[in-house]
Amino acid sequence: MNFEAFLQNLSNGISLGSLYALIAIGYTMVYGILRLINFAHGDLVMLGSYVAFYGVAMFMLPWWLAFPLAILVTAGVGIVIERSAYKPLRDFPRINLFTAAVAVSFLLENLGIVIFGGRPKAFERPAFMDQMLNLGGVSIVSYTPIIIITALVLFGLLLLVIYRTKAGMAMRALSKDIEATGLMGVNTDKIIMFAFMLGSALAAAGGILWAIKFPQINPLMGVMPGLKAFIAAVLGGIGNVGGAMIGGFLLGIVEIMIVAFFPELSGYRDAFAYAILILLLLFRPTGIMGEVQAEKV
Amino acid sequence: MRLSRNTILTLIALLVIAGLLALAQAFMNPYLLRILNLCAVYSIFAVTFNLIFGYTGQFSLGHAGFAAVGAYVAALLTLSPSQKISNFFLKPIVPLLANVELPFLPALIIGGIVASLVGSLIAWPALRLRGDYLAIATLGFSEIIRILLVNMQPITNGALGLKGIPAYTNLLWSWGALAVCLFVTKRLVDSSYGRAMRAVRDDEVAAEALGVNLFKHKMMAFAVSAFFVGVAGGLMANLISTIDPKVFIFTLTYQIVGITVMGGMGSLTGSVIAASLYTIFLELLRPIESQFTIGSLTVPGIPGMRMVIFSILLLVVILFYRKGLMGTREFSWDWVVNLIRRLKSGKKTGSSGEVKS
Amino acid sequence: MTPLLKMVNVTKRFGGLTAVNNFSTELQAGELCALIGPNGSGKTTIFNLITGIYVPSEGHIYLGGDDISGKRPDVITGMGIARTFQNIRLFKGLNVLENVIVGKHLRLQSNVASAVMRLPGYDREEKEMRQTGMELLESLGLARFAYDEPTSLPYGQQRKLEIARALATNPRLLLLDEPAAGMSPSDAEELMTFIQHVLKTFELTIFLIEHQMRVVMGICPRIIVIDHGEWIAEGNPEQIQNNDRVIEAYLGASDHA
Repeated sequence: MNFEAFLQNLSNGISLGSLYALIAIGYTMVYGILRLINFAHGDLVMLGSYVAFYGVAMFMLPWWLAFPLAILVTAGVGIVIERSAYKPLRDFPRINLFTAAVAVSFLLENLGIVIFGGRPKAFERPAFMDQMLNLGGVSIVSYTPIIIITALVLFGLLLLVIYRTKAGMAMRALSKDIEATGLMGVNTDKIIMFAFMLGSALAAAGGILWAIKFPQINPLMGVMPGLKAFIAAVLGGIGNVGGAMIGGFLLGIVEIMIVAFFPELSGYRDAFAYAILILLLLFRPTGIMGEVQAEKV
Repeated sequence: MRLSRNTILTLIALLVIAGLLALAQAFMNPYLLRILNLCAVYSIFAVTFNLIFGYTGQFSLGHAGFAAVGAYVAALLTLSPSQKISNFFLKPIVPLLANVELPFLPALIIGGIVASLVGSLIAWPALRLRGDYLAIATLGFSEIIRILLVNMQPITNGALGLKGIPAYTNLLWSWGALAVCLFVTKRLVDSSYGRAMRAVRDDEVAAEALGVNLFKHKMMAFAVSAFFVGVAGGLMANLISTIDPKVFIFTLTYQIVGITVMGGMGSLTGSVIAASLYTIFLELLRPIESQFTIGSLTVPGIPGMRMVIFSILLLVVILFYRKGLMGTREFSWDWVVNLIRRLKSGKKTGSSGEVKS
Repeated sequence: MTPLLKMVNVTKRFGGLTAVNNFSTELQAGELCALIGPNGSGKTTIFNLITGIYVPSEGHIYLGGDDISGKRPDVITGMGIARTFQNIRLFKGLNVLENVIVGKHLRLQSNVASAVMRLPGYDREEKEMRQTGMELLESLGLARFAYDEPTSLPYGQQRKLEIARALATNPRLLLLDEPAAGMSPSDAEELMTFIQHVLKTFELTIFLIEHQMRVVMGICPRIIVIDHGEWIAEGNPEQIQNNDRVIEAYLGASDHA
């Protein structure tokens, strides 16, 4: 592989990784607070891209209006899901909460089939995202840097929210000890809602960018990115936002690079994520950035 | 030998059910038969998930993978050599399997054993993990199995899947397998080994301090569970006749979890009831998804609507039945006898109550 | 005579933190010995080392001459050490009798196949386990709760049940981790009488951690005191009460036991 191809693959891997990372953040925030594997999260990726699609294709909105709108709508749906399906179950056995997430996931996917139709749709990227760029002798399509830059900007905003605002601080406190934080006068309900809102918004952003990168959308498109992003969250240490970002980038780059270096393994591409995950879990059971939590006897 | 009342009742019930199934097999149309067969297959899935999670507390999400192993083994062992040739037109099948053709029973059992071996092999490293981490790792292994099925073309025919698998599965096979599975599972969880498993579920540290070998008992649950999941996979392959790796995507495991939770963690009766309700319910709603006409009006089908309704129902059930439909209760003859007694006396008190009000 | 329990220069480190430092002791068969020390002084860690939950970073632990350091907890239980926990850890999904006979499972001879088939050999063993379990409950005054859920028992009875469950494994050495925790002084006193009763009836050795000094002084002929994971004193109640290092450890520590 020559140097140019290597750089192309690397940028490809980074852009895929930034998508995984965007989606992984929602998983990790919710898990950190509620210890819930919110498997419905991946389907919000699908929802985000569909709302953006209809905004442009049906309501003729310009992309700079349709995309933020899709993010808002998805964030709202995230809140509705939390309020209606998860909140009533918060004191239930954890398997009930998990099952609720499964049910919501099935619901979103099949509502997608009912409302949007099962056939894939072609997502049209804005023209300026579709140009060939020549960056120092390496030619790449313009959407690749756009995805990476957008994701980085969103990460920056998120970190600002988490570390510089009251709500963000409360969120971090909540993931340390939900009961104690509640006793300190923090409205845990509101903060949980806020976390779902943030996570869903990022998932929608991830969904739109995903559709820009892979411009064919269908109601089940969120399943695989969702699972991969979840794995990225676990790789980074679930519950840890920084870890989710690292895990996402790592997974994206490794997936692309292994196939680039060993084309004969391309059929096993989806298996890498699982293999890495299992190996990591066996040697460092709490992920890269996760804290080791020993049970107190 | 003296038999207790309950044993006699059980034997009678088994005979009656076997008779009814034989009648159904003889007279029902293939569509209804397929539904009843699927009820048994899904019941086995749910019962085995209950064994591993409801009784042993191990959150394993490997069911789809174990079922895939059983299904492919049984399918490859029952497909006739000529069918294999027509299936494997892209890449020929490995010579070892080309001419094998076994009767159904050994094929099913071998499928179960291979699934059990694969399950144990997965459990061996994965059991070092606990809780959600075990769930993720087993889910990962299950997906790896599926990806291997896509890629091991000379053995599995890859993404094309296998077609023309002989439709050996009938009600006696499927419900017979369910009966064996229920018998073994119930006897196991009620035994000293099962008691140890339940202790592991409730508190691993305390169980280990009482001398329970954690690894051994978890492994036992995995191996037994995976065996029957494999058998159920084989029954499924020889029922639907066409399988491909997509059938065994991880969402199948989610369905099984949903069914089991609906029935009640720790109730085998609940697992069977919920699995049967799920299968029948989805079939009853099938017309919604295909176009139908009322008089001169043609109503277009709404694809996806069945699962929409099912998901909402699942949400409602877990919200209002915290412990599922059955909780940890089981069907028992004592319960039936008590119910009949209560109904009898209930009629009396009920009528007297009406007089009072 | 070989001591029943012998700990030789045992050290346990967690990362940079040394929880137990170069700790040695011996327990003779038939003894009732207490382990006391201020909060966080490493008492429970020592129990976790003896029962195999932790592996010593250095040093060795012997049970009747056999080296048990590094062995799995269930293996150590099989060799004759049983324990209770600071926070009650009963099996909530099992009834009281079942809680007890889980402790007999490790002596089961029949394999899983004969258990599923309910072969005569297994049936006999199961019957025997239930019978001896029931006898155990009777001898400890818990028989009337046999088929209740453990969580429905009064707090003090739950503590006793945990001891009963540990006894079911036929231990030579019984470790009690703060058995009187959360009890009123009068309940605690009753429990101590109960422990003395257990000691005599079951002919074993008891090593107990207790926070309430007064309780310990009343029944334990020998007391070992640790602080910051180190042995600081050992002796009979009177000696301990007058030991300068002990007084310093307790008064110097921020909490007063």
